[in-house]
Amino acid sequence: MNRIVAKEEFSRNPGVKMMQIEAPGIARKAKGGQFVVFRLDETGERVPLTVADTDPEKGLVTIIFQEVGKSTMALGALEVGDCLADFIGPLGRPTHMDDYGTVLCVAGGIGIAPTHNIAKALKAHGNRIITVMGARTKELLFWEDKMRALSDEIYVCTDDGSYGIHGLVTKVEQELLEKNRESGEIGLVIGIGPPIMMKFVCKTSEPFGVKTLVSLPTIMVDATGMCGACRVTVGGETKFVCVDGPEFDGHQVDFDEMMKRQAIYLEQEKVARELYEKEAGCCGECGGDRQ
Amino acid sequence: MSEINKANKLPRHPMPEQDPKVRARNFDEVPFGYSEETAMAEAGRCLRCKKPKCVEGCPVNVKIPEFVGLIADGDFLAAAHKLKETNALPAVCGRVCPQESQCESRCVLGKKGEPVAIGRLERFAADYERAQAKMELPAIAPSTGRKVVVIGAGPAGLTVAGDLIKLGHQVTIYEALHKSGGVLVYGIPEFRLPKAIVQAEVDYLKALGVEIVESYVVGQIETVDELLERYDACFIGTGAGLPVFMGIEGENLNGVYSANEYLTRSNLMKAYRFPEYDTPIVKGKRVATFGGGNVAMDASRTALRLGAEKSYIVYRRSEAEMPARNEEIHHAKEEGVELVLLASPLRLLGNEKGWLTGVECIRMELGEPDDSGRRRPVPIEGSEFVLEIDTAVVAIGNGPNPLVPSTTPDLKTNRWGNIDASLETGATSMTGVFAGGDIVTGAATVIEAMGAGKKAAAAIHRYLEEN
Repeated sequence: MNRIVAKEEFSRNPGVKMMQIEAPGIARKAKGGQFVVFRLDETGERVPLTVADTDPEKGLVTIIFQEVGKSTMALGALEVGDCLADFIGPLGRPTHMDDYGTVLCVAGGIGIAPTHNIAKALKAHGNRIITVMGARTKELLFWEDKMRALSDEIYVCTDDGSYGIHGLVTKVEQELLEKNRESGEIGLVIGIGPPIMMKFVCKTSEPFGVKTLVSLPTIMVDATGMCGACRVTVGGETKFVCVDGPEFDGHQVDFDEMMKRQAIYLEQEKVARELYEKEAGCCGECGGDRQ
Repeated sequence: MSEINKANKLPRHPMPEQDPKVRARNFDEVPFGYSEETAMAEAGRCLRCKKPKCVEGCPVNVKIPEFVGLIADGDFLAAAHKLKETNALPAVCGRVCPQESQCESRCVLGKKGEPVAIGRLERFAADYERAQAKMELPAIAPSTGRKVVVIGAGPAGLTVAGDLIKLGHQVTIYEALHKSGGVLVYGIPEFRLPKAIVQAEVDYLKALGVEIVESYVVGQIETVDELLERYDACFIGTGAGLPVFMGIEGENLNGVYSANEYLTRSNLMKAYRFPEYDTPIVKGKRVATFGGGNVAMDASRTALRLGAEKSYIVYRRSEAEMPARNEEIHHAKEEGVELVLLASPLRLLGNEKGWLTGVECIRMELGEPDDSGRRRPVPIEGSEFVLEIDTAVVAIGNGPNPLVPSTTPDLKTNRWGNIDASLETGATSMTGVFAGGDIVTGAATVIEAMGAGKKAAAAIHRYLEEN
C-alpha cells in the first residue's frame, strides 16, 4: 500500500519532484481540486498535497511537491519501491463543474500541479481552457507538455525571462482579461500558486468582474474538519479549508490573514529542517536526496 | 453496628499519585494505581448487595459486585474477564469514566460515608491482566456469515465491534485518522490515559477478529450507500469532531487554537516530543483556556506540561457550575492552573504580525437559572479587563462532524447536524444503518458512547437475525 511506483526530479535546487503513488481507492475516487494527506512514518506529520493527476485504471495518484521543509525533503529522499506510512484521501470538495465557457487557468510554480488536474476535469466537462503558467525561472517549470495538451491556448512565462514570456503570470492575465472585455467568453479564472501570487491574480481579475477560484494551501492536521487549523476568513466568515474548500471565491478571501497564519510554525520548521539536514549529513543544497 | 457502618469504618483507599509539582512538567500518567494489597482491601469494603444499585448506574451494566468480589478474593484475572463480559475497554473506563455520577453515586456505602472505589478497582483489574500478558479471549459464536461495517474507531464503534464479533458476525471498522481510538487517542492526554492502554484495547479487538482499516475517510473515499452494497449493516460512530469557536474578534490570530487542534497536536501527533516527532505546537508561556469542561482541564494541564508559566482557565460562571469532573478540576488546580471565574472573553488582541498578545474579558455575575438549571451569567458593565496571553485554547464544545451525514442523503439529521437515531437501538432513518455516541447525542462522555454502542450492537444483531 502507498508504494511509490515512479519518481522524477523536475528541479534540483529548490527540489521539485513528481511521484506516482499506488493508491487504487483514491485514484478511483479523486476528482479535480481534491487533495491527499501523506504521513511518512510513525513520527511524521500529516501533510496535505493537492492531487496533480490520477490514473484510475492503474490505481495511481500523482503528486508534485517542492522540498521546503523536513517532511517534503524526506519524502523527496524516498525512492521507487518505498512506501508511505499513510496516504489519505481524497479530501476536500472537488472543483465545481459547470459550463463556464472559457476558463482562464493561471498557475504559478508548484501550483501547476493542482491546476493540471482541475483543468483536465473542466476540459472533460466541455469547457475551453486558456492556460497561463509561470515560474520564477525556467528550471521550476514543469508539465508544459501536459498543460499544452489540454489547453486551447497557452502562455508560458518566467519572472526572470529565462524561458517564454518575460514577466509575471498576472501580466498575461491582465492582457487576456482586457482582450476578453468585448467577447466576455471567460466565465471563470482559476488562480493557483504561492499565496502572494493568488492574491494578485484575484486583484487583477476583480475589476473585470470575472469569478475567480483559488485553492488554498493552509496548514492542516487531521484534514477532515476536526481541528480548525486550516481556518481562513472568506467573505467575513470563518471557513475550514479542509472540508469547505480547498477552493474558494478568491475575491472574498482574506489573503493577508492567511499568509500570517502560514507563518505560525516558521521557527519550528527551521529547527526540524536543520536537524534533518544534519542527520542526513548533507548541506541542504541538493534537496536532501544525497545522503 | 450495621454492615454499612462497619464497611465505612474502613475508609475508601486513596490512589497514590505523582507529586503535582513534578507531574505538571511531564506527560506520565498522574495516578499510579492500586497495589494488589490495596485493591483487595478496597474490594473488601463492598457489601455485595443482593440488588446492586451500582450496576444500574453503569451505562454498560458492568457486573460490579461480581468483579469486585473476585478482586477481594485475590482472583484478579477472573475479575478482568468478568469486566470484559460487558465492557470491551475496562482499562479506559477505569480511568476516564465519571464514576462519581454513575456507579459510585449509587453505592449504598456512599450514603453514610464514601462509596467503594469501583473505578480504581476496574482500572486495577484491567491493568493487572494487561501486565500479565495473559489476554484471554472469550468464546466467539460460530460465524453467521453476516458482515457489519463500523465507521469510526472511537468508544462507540469499538464497543459495537467488540459485541458483534463475539456474536459471530464479521466486523470491519473504518477509521479516518491513522490511529484507532477516536477521542481516546486524539483528545484525552497521555497523562490521563496512556496511549499504550488504548492500543492494547484495540489490539484485543483485533485479536477477537475485528478488521480495522485506518486512514480511510468514509464520506470521501466511499459513502455509506456504497458501503451498504458490501455490508449487511452499518454503524456510524463518527463523534463530535467539529470544533466550535466563540465567534469573537481575533479568533484567527496566530496562537489561538481549538481544543481539538491543541490536543490533537499534542496527543495524537505527539507534538510535545517535537522535534523527535515532526508536528509542531506553539509552546506558550501564558496560556488561557476558555471553557469549564473536562476538555478545558485537559488543555490547561497540557499547556503546563508544554512549559507554560501561567495557565489560566477562563470560565463565565463559578467553579460550582463547571461541567468538568471534580477530580479533574482538583488535579488542574493542584498542578497550578489558575481559574479566572465569572469572566467571559470579549475579544482577542494581537500584534501587527498576527500573533495573539492578550484577551479582553468582562466580569460576570450569576443571575436567574436558565434552561439548564444553572444560574445564567450576566456581564457586569464597565468591568472589562485584559489578560496578557500568547496562546489561547477554545474549549467550549464540539459539533457533530458533517463528513458522513453530508454525503448520505437519506440519513436524517436534526437542526444541529446530529444524526436522528433512537437512543434505545441506534436505528436511523435508513434501514440497516445505526448510529450512536456523540454524533447522535452531541458531545458527551466515553462511557455514554459505549453504552449507546452496546444498545446498537444488540439492535444490529436482532436486525441481522430478522433480515
